[in-house]
Amino acid sequence: MIRQKAGAPATGRPSDFRVQQLKARDMLRGDVEGAELEKYVEERVLTTTLDKAVRWAQSNALFPATFGLACCAIEMMSIVGGRVDVARFGFEAFRASPRQADLLILSGRISIKMAPIVRRIYDQMLEPKWAIAMGACSSSMGVFNNYAIVPADKFMPVDVHVPGCPPRPEALMHGILKLRKMIQADPDMGWRERYAATGTEEIVDTDGTAQDSADNVYREPTK
Amino acid sequence: MPDATGLELIAQELRDADADAVLETLHFRDKATIIVEPEKVGWVLERLRGKGFSFLASVHGVDYYPEEPRLGVHYELLDMENVDRLTVKLRVHTEAPEVPSVTHDWPTADHQEREIYDMFGVEFTGHPDLRRILMPEDYEGFPQRRDFPVGGEPILFTYNDASGTDYTQ
Repeated sequence: MIRQKAGAPATGRPSDFRVQQLKARDMLRGDVEGAELEKYVEERVLTTTLDKAVRWAQSNALFPATFGLACCAIEMMSIVGGRVDVARFGFEAFRASPRQADLLILSGRISIKMAPIVRRIYDQMLEPKWAIAMGACSSSMGVFNNYAIVPADKFMPVDVHVPGCPPRPEALMHGILKLRKMIQADPDMGWRERYAATGTEEIVDTDGTAQDSADNVYREPTK
Repeated sequence: MPDATGLELIAQELRDADADAVLETLHFRDKATIIVEPEKVGWVLERLRGKGFSFLASVHGVDYYPEEPRLGVHYELLDMENVDRLTVKLRVHTEAPEVPSVTHDWPTADHQEREIYDMFGVEFTGHPDLRRILMPEDYEGFPQRRDFPVGGEPILFTYNDASGTDYTQ
């Protein structure tokens, strides 16, 4: 007797697999024709739009930048550990260079002296890119709402805010999964336009031809 | 800690050498303090170094608002052989907050004087590189002064939407 998992479709049986194999062979030989061929193709082709496929791929392999700011960074590190294990969803590859990353997790307080540096890291990331403000400090400055700290919204577009002080790793994972859902539904999210935050990538001006009017041109310091 | 008598002896010795250097002595909760003329602080610290207080543990800034003169600088000295501590304090007005730097004699004071300049606006004359150390260099004001606003921002919560405090728009 063939053991079968409850709820699995009938086609999952090994005998059906054998039947399908023979059918596929017939098809390749050109023996299947007419209505039978149409039915065969219909069963095997999944149609989607290219956009959707790309979003599906992007949303399931977000590479966060290796970038910790404060105590939240400890919680951020633990999401790749065995307990929460965000690798299940494809987010475990923390990239050491912003050029290779597409998710910036602002894990901690950002002082006004640090803000230009954070912004530059964001600019160095290539499109498409997303940002998560993790914890109270980077969203609303938390207990450090004073002269030294600036909220992340003020200088860069943030896609998801994760509340908590610090948020538990599960909360951050929930935020990442929210972001994943948002990428699949609407990758632009309206934020980019709101912040006029398109085309913020840094341009490295190696041959001196970049225009002065461009915003993010990096030039070697003249000595 | 020097006891009250020991403190008076140290102060008297300083007074004998320079009549204007020491303004006051204070012995409070077993802690000995000499309050000095700002101009003479370098000389006093050198004198105390000769008496064994050879380690400058830390330099602090203080704002005594609303008392005048408002700003203060504290030098914590440590005698490591006799395990003895002594505090040297001075006060300056906010209008002319100038204190001679002791960085040349006590290199540890370099960053601490910069921090006091950053946070309280005390200007250390003769400091080799007096610029802000914690705040951005173009920052205006001295955030640890008592009359400096605590600052902060209206927070971007949904219920604040109606009040027009949404700075992202």
